[in-house]
Amino acid sequence: MWISKTIFNHFKSRLNFTPNYAPLSLLSPRRFASTIAQNPSTFNSIHDANQVIDFPGGTVKFIPEMRFISESSPQRIPCYRVLDDDGQPLANNFVQVSEEVAVRMYSNMVTLQIMDTIFYEAQRQGRISFYATTIGEEAINIASAAALTRDDVIFPQYREPGPLLWRGFTLQEIAHQCFSNKYDNGKGRQMPIHYGSNKHNYFTVASTVATQVPHAVGAAYSLKMDKKDACSITYFGDGGSSEGDFHAALNFAAVMEAPVIFLCRNNGWAISTPTSDQFRSDGVVVKGQAYGVRSIRVDGNDALAIYNAVQAAREMAISEERPVLIEALTYRVGHHSTSDDSTKYRPANEIEWWRLARDPVARFRKWIERNGWWNDMAESELRNSLRQQLLHSIQVAENIEKPPIEDIFNDVYDVPPSNLREQEQWVKDTIKKHPLDYPENISA
Amino acid sequence: MATLFQGVGAVTPFSASSSLDSNKLLLPSRKSLSISDSRGSIFVYRSDALNLKAATRLQLSPGHQKRSPSEDLLLHQSRGSFGAFGLYLHCLRIAYPWHELLLFEALREGLEEEMERDPRVCVMGEDVGHYGGSYKVTKGLAEKYGDLRVLDTPIAENSFTGMGIGAAMTGLRPIVEGMNMGFLLLAFNQISNNCGMLHYTSGGQFTIPIVIRGPGGVGRQLGAEHSQRLESYFQSIPGIQMVACSTPYNAKGLMKAAIRSENPVILFEHVLLYNLKERIPDEEYVLSLEEAEMVRPGEHITILTYSRMRYHVMQAAKTLVNKGYDPEVIDIRSLKPFDLYTIGCSVKKTHRVLIVEECMRTGGIGASLTAAITENFHDYLDAPIVCLSSQDVPTPYAGTLEEWTVVQPAQIVSAVEQLCQ
Repeated sequence: MWISKTIFNHFKSRLNFTPNYAPLSLLSPRRFASTIAQNPSTFNSIHDANQVIDFPGGTVKFIPEMRFISESSPQRIPCYRVLDDDGQPLANNFVQVSEEVAVRMYSNMVTLQIMDTIFYEAQRQGRISFYATTIGEEAINIASAAALTRDDVIFPQYREPGPLLWRGFTLQEIAHQCFSNKYDNGKGRQMPIHYGSNKHNYFTVASTVATQVPHAVGAAYSLKMDKKDACSITYFGDGGSSEGDFHAALNFAAVMEAPVIFLCRNNGWAISTPTSDQFRSDGVVVKGQAYGVRSIRVDGNDALAIYNAVQAAREMAISEERPVLIEALTYRVGHHSTSDDSTKYRPANEIEWWRLARDPVARFRKWIERNGWWNDMAESELRNSLRQQLLHSIQVAENIEKPPIEDIFNDVYDVPPSNLREQEQWVKDTIKKHPLDYPENISA
Repeated sequence: MATLFQGVGAVTPFSASSSLDSNKLLLPSRKSLSISDSRGSIFVYRSDALNLKAATRLQLSPGHQKRSPSEDLLLHQSRGSFGAFGLYLHCLRIAYPWHELLLFEALREGLEEEMERDPRVCVMGEDVGHYGGSYKVTKGLAEKYGDLRVLDTPIAENSFTGMGIGAAMTGLRPIVEGMNMGFLLLAFNQISNNCGMLHYTSGGQFTIPIVIRGPGGVGRQLGAEHSQRLESYFQSIPGIQMVACSTPYNAKGLMKAAIRSENPVILFEHVLLYNLKERIPDEEYVLSLEEAEMVRPGEHITILTYSRMRYHVMQAAKTLVNKGYDPEVIDIRSLKPFDLYTIGCSVKKTHRVLIVEECMRTGGIGASLTAAITENFHDYLDAPIVCLSSQDVPTPYAGTLEEWTVVQPAQIVSAVEQLCQ
C-alpha cells in the first residue's frame, strides 16, 4: 500500500513534466525524456474533438474522421525565378549583383559552354577517352559558386566543373586531368571530368552516385564543430535523389542541424530514365519537408535566381545551423556522356529547343547587355580567345608524359607497405624485360 | 574461461589506483624490461582457477627468445605466497604500475585517451551517445565530450559511414562504430568505393583517417545475421588496413594506433571477448598496426590465429604441451597487411604451419594467408599448410550446431598431431 502510494506520488509529480516535443538542439543537454502518459483524469471528455495524446515525438491531435494525406498536392510547388525568358527582371525584390560579378559570372558560363564543346569534340576525335558535358546547366554551375565563399566546401557529383572554374581552376589544369598526364592533381588515377582540388575546397569527384551527399553532411558536421563561418554544398541529379544515401543524408543533416546545402539539378533525365520513371512525387523539393529540411524550387536556367537562392540558403545554413534543399529545375541538353546517344530515347527537336530557346547563357547575356555591361564585340572576343586557349591547353596537355609507374602504388596508403613495393618492383622488372610490349611514354 | 593476467605480481591484490605516481618512478631497470617500448617484450602471466603456472610471454619484437632471470622466478607457483617472493612481486608492481580491466573498458580507455589528446577525434554510431554504446565501449563519453563529439546516428550505416568519410576529409578523425560488424555490410559501398579509394583517386590531396570498428564474429546464439565475419569480405579492398584485437592490452594499443593512423583502419572486435579481464600498464602505450603478437614461442609447429580463436588455440596448446608437443602460437593481429616477417621467422624455425580462424573456409583470411605463406616460404615448409576454419554455412542458431561451426580445441589438437607425424 505504501509502495503503491510512493509510486503514485512519483508519477503525480511528473505530470508537470512536458514530453520532448520541443525542437532539440544538439548543444543542449539531452537525456532520455520521459514518455509517461498523462494522468487519465486530466483528459477532456471523449467527445471533445481537440483531444490530444503524447506519443513519443510529441503531442498529436485526435480526429474521429479517417483522413489519408493525398499522395500529391493539387498544385505543384511553385518555382522561384528572377528573370523571364527574355532576361527581363520579373520584380525588383532580388539581390543585385555588381557589374564585376555579373560579367565574371557570364564569362565563366561562356567558358564552361565552350570548354564542354571543345572537349566533347576532342573525345569524338579520340584524343581523350571520355567526357560529360554540362550544357544547359551553366547557370546552376556558375551562379551557385558565385554565391558561395572560398571557404565553403564543395562535394560535386560529376556535372559541376563550374564551381572549379569560378574558383580559379585553369583550363590547362582541366586539360591535364582529362588527359591524365603527370600534371593532373589526381595523378592520372581517375577518369576524365573527375576533378578534385583541395586548394579550391572542391572534393574529388567519384563515379558513384549520391555517395557525396553524406560526405557533405559529415563535412558540415566538421565545420560546425570547428565553428567555422562556412557551409558545405553538395550537388546531385534527379536520379541521385533516388539513392538511399540521399535520404539518409537529409535525415541526418536535419537531426544534426548541420550547415549544408543540398542542390539537386533536376534536369529531367538520368541517362535514359525520365523523371516520371524516377519518382512519383512532385519532384525533389517536396522530399525536404518529409525530413524536416527547409526547401525551395528554383528555375535552374536563371542565373540570378540561383544566385539569390544559394546566397540565402548559405546564410540560413550557417547562422541558423540548418540544412537547406534547393531543387533547380533545368534540362540536360547534352547526352549523359560521350558513351550515350540521347536521341535514342528522346526526340532530337526537344533537345534542340532547349538548347536554343531556353539557353541559360543567352538569357543571362540579355540581362547584362541590357545593363550596358556587355556587347557583341566583347562576346566574340571572349569566345575566340577561349577557343584559342582551349585548343592550346589541349595540345599542351596531350604532349605531356603520363604519370610514372610509382603513381600506381603511391597514395594507396600514406606510406607504401612492403607488399605494394614488391608489386611495383615486379611491374618495373617486367617493363624492363619486355619494353616493346609497353607504351613508350611511361617512365619506369 | 581463463583470465589473462599481464604484468608482474598477479597474485598480490595491491590496489591498482594507488598513490604511486608512475612518472616519478623512472627506474633504469624499466628500460630493460621495455614495457614502455612498443616493440619490447611484456611478460604475460596466464592463470586459471586450477593452475598458476606461467605459460607464455608476449613478444612484440620477433626473434627475442631469451628469458630473463626475473621471469624464471615468476614461473614458479606463487598463489598465496606472501613471503620474500611476494615482496619481490610487490616491488616490481610498484616499478611497473598496472590496473585491471575488461576488454571493452580497455577500448574505452584507449578511445578516451585519444579524444583527450586530440580534439578532432569524434565517435559516431548507433546508440553510442547517451546509451553509451551497445557494448558499453563509449559509456560516459557523451557526458564528458558532448553530443557533437559522440554522435548518435539514425539507422543508415552506408550514410553515416559516408558522413564519417566526409568529416575525415575535412579534418576530423572520426571513429565509426557498427553496432555489429554485420551491419557494416550496408556500408560496403562507402568503404570500398570511397574510404579505400579517395586518397588514391584524389592524387593524395585528401586523407581519410577514419577508424571503423565494431564487434563481429560468432557469438552465443545470436543468429546468422549477427554472426558475420567481415574480415574476409573486406580484405581485398585496396587502401584500408585491418586489425583484429584479442586481449585488453592489444585492444587498447590497437585502438590508439588506429586513431593515430592516417589511413582508414577497420578494427575487428569479437562479441565474446568484451568481458575478458587483464592487467594493462598504467602508462600510455601504442601498438603497431602491422605487427603480429608472439603468444607462445615454440619449436614444433607454427599456429597462426587471431581474435577469439587465439583462446581456443591456447586451450589446445595446453593439451598439446601435455602430450609433448611444443607449438608456437602467433596472434597475427594485423589482417591486412600480414606481418610476414614474424610469420616467416616462425615458419623458418618450425617448418609446419597450422592456421586456425573463425572465417569461412572460402575466401577467408586463412585462404589468403595460406597463399601468402606458400608464395614466400614454400621452401621452408615440411608439410602442406593446414587451415582450420568455419564451414561455408550461415551460423545456425541452435547451440550445439553453432558450437560445431566454430573450430574447437579438440580439432586443433588432432590437426597438430597429424601435421607433426
